[in-house]
Amino acid sequence: MKLSELKKGDRAIIIKIDTDASLKARLVSFGVARGSEFSVEAYSVGNQTVEILVDGTLIGLRRSEAVDIEVEKI
Amino acid sequence: MDAIKIVLAGQPNVGKSMLINAMSGSNSLKVGNFSGVTVEKTELCFEHHCHMFEMVDLPGTYSIRGYSQDEKVAYDYLLNEEYDVIINVLDSTHLQRNLLLTLELLKLNKKMVLALNMADEAKKEGLEIDVKQLEAIIGVPVILVSANTKEGVEELLEKIHDIADSPHRDNSNIIYSNPVEEEILALSTFFDERAFKLRDLSSREMAIRILFEDKDLYQELHSKPIMIELQPRIVASLEHIYTHHDSKNITDIKASEYIAIARGIRMETVTCHRKKGQKTLTKKIDDILLNKVVGIPIFLFFMWALFQLTFELGAVPMDLIDAGFGAFGEIVGAIIPHEGTKSLIVDGIIPGVGAVVMFLPNIIILYIGLALLETTGYMSRVAFMLDGFFHKFGLHGKSFIPLVTGFGCTVPAYMSTRTLKSEKDRLITLFILGFMSCGAKLPVYVLFAGAFFGAEQAGDILFIIYIAGALLGLVMAKILRIFVFKGEDEPFVMEMPKYRMPSLALIWHTVYSKAMGYLKKAGTFILAASMLIWFATAYPKQPILGAEYEVKIDQASGDEVKIASLKNELQLAELEGSYLGQIGKASEPFFAPLGFDWKMAVALETGLAAKEVVVSTLGVLYAVGDDVDEGNASLISALQANVSFASAMAFIVFVMIYLPCLAASMVFAKEAGGYRYLFYLFLFTTFVAWVLSFITYRILV
Repeated sequence: MKLSELKKGDRAIIIKIDTDASLKARLVSFGVARGSEFSVEAYSVGNQTVEILVDGTLIGLRRSEAVDIEVEKI
Repeated sequence: MDAIKIVLAGQPNVGKSMLINAMSGSNSLKVGNFSGVTVEKTELCFEHHCHMFEMVDLPGTYSIRGYSQDEKVAYDYLLNEEYDVIINVLDSTHLQRNLLLTLELLKLNKKMVLALNMADEAKKEGLEIDVKQLEAIIGVPVILVSANTKEGVEELLEKIHDIADSPHRDNSNIIYSNPVEEEILALSTFFDERAFKLRDLSSREMAIRILFEDKDLYQELHSKPIMIELQPRIVASLEHIYTHHDSKNITDIKASEYIAIARGIRMETVTCHRKKGQKTLTKKIDDILLNKVVGIPIFLFFMWALFQLTFELGAVPMDLIDAGFGAFGEIVGAIIPHEGTKSLIVDGIIPGVGAVVMFLPNIIILYIGLALLETTGYMSRVAFMLDGFFHKFGLHGKSFIPLVTGFGCTVPAYMSTRTLKSEKDRLITLFILGFMSCGAKLPVYVLFAGAFFGAEQAGDILFIIYIAGALLGLVMAKILRIFVFKGEDEPFVMEMPKYRMPSLALIWHTVYSKAMGYLKKAGTFILAASMLIWFATAYPKQPILGAEYEVKIDQASGDEVKIASLKNELQLAELEGSYLGQIGKASEPFFAPLGFDWKMAVALETGLAAKEVVVSTLGVLYAVGDDVDEGNASLISALQANVSFASAMAFIVFVMIYLPCLAASMVFAKEAGGYRYLFYLFLFTTFVAWVLSFITYRILV
């Protein structure tokens, strides 16, 4: 499933990140890559952005990026 | 001995600038809890144990490969400049993520020391870091420091001496995953057997670089005979790694390896004494502030409160300052015998500068508010909440930061657009920043709101003006996005830093330097501008006109009322004939459809130098002939008497939109990438300002 389909409080593991190289590199520098575990902490109004917690770091993502991240719920 | 050149590198929000402050004891850097406060590299020198330390503070970078503009600054510096030691500053409470940058920095093969900042916070959170173990793995000295409590700072300075003197760096003992390690071993044995050397790279390092496809190394190897034997081995090694990682993308593989290493290091060196499942304070606060229902109302309330405070609280010292300058003018006027000099000082300089200083309290309150937003970490949350909204207008959630800063001063706001990666996002943000009314426009609004609305309404009117400017900016952003800057959006990926109690010293420092900057502007730019305006108002002298009126006044023979009105007529006639009057008259046709008289036109033109000057110009133009007290009250009544409501509103609209001050314009040209952009900005803002003022005037008149 896609990251954007998760609900607040869900935990998941990243299967695949399907974006261009520069955004992927950015995500990696935040510790977001294949195999990373995270939890969904918050959504903004209209689910336009999502806040995830990866290894103690809170990261905000836009919906259009979240749909490109394939995850598996755990 | 030569100075030791030190570079501070680290991810955003790890307290690099604060650490520099603690190390040097100076207070020259601004520090804030928002990614990308240091947008330009900052340099400073200080002495420690008879050794000069030259420090360069680089902008925070999440990764060494530049992603945003300020990360490129850091990247270029680290790669191309000469320096002795890298201090890699890490946030002890976010070690794992911070180590990802450390792993990249290690590749630079420079002398390095790790400063684990915020050690006190880590302790409070129950984190215990095994420094010895970390040193053994990374191969560089590690020191626990806290810029806050100054703990470990002296030790860090000592360490820098040692490292700078030591001839080389120890090897790091970073272990990759099994399949990668196997292939590293295979390749490095291959090199060892053939006694193959390249530069000063070890066999292991060469093997790692080959596996992770280091382009430079491949280029060098290309011309070497060994390549014929090497090539099939590399192919086999990579195949092995591919199968294990279930991916053929070496960049992805490298990423997962790095993350695994960072995680491994953290697990080996950090023990957490915090109970599992316990909610952190940040989480608790986020649950409220990021709440879908109350989050945005809370934010709007904060903004509203900030502007109310600015106006209400600021009004108290304002009156005192006003009175003070009035009294000062009277005293000075009494002791200067020479008419011309007296006029210059009492009619030109004192009221001009006074009108500016009067707004210092408002500006201080505004800056305190903005500094609080920034240092607590709330700013990033606001970007998170508003990105959806901003994105609809073709802006980025991060544009919010420059936009809010723009309410304080447009100059730092222009500079903070560097945190935006996409060139188009940056340009759009730059172009609409002027619509966020800066602190210097506040005096104009306060003056007009005070003159045309009741005192109790003035705060609300002010709020409406600011909101209207912001909304207009958004609409313009959309228009620019559709018609001028078309193309890809920048993705929104942003760290939400931990909430931190703002340090008082930090806020004091930020606000103090801003306030001093404002006063300095009052003392130089505005002083010069008000002298120039005074000159343009007082000259050329018109003796014939004066003589004419003297005769008339004589003829009035004692009729007080008639004499007074004649005197006023004379002053107005003199003003109209002055240089300033001539300029205003010449541009009057341009402004006439907006309902502005030549005085307002002149005020707008002088406002191009600095927005505060608009008020002081109006002060000079409308209050001449009054007694020395040229402060607010008299100017307000002069405006009420001379300017219609419709013209006043059109004037506010014009001031809201047109070109920012000279200083900001220069920064704009620099940030946008050329003076031609400034020319576009001038056309753009003047056009929009004229059209909207025209509409306002026509509706109200």
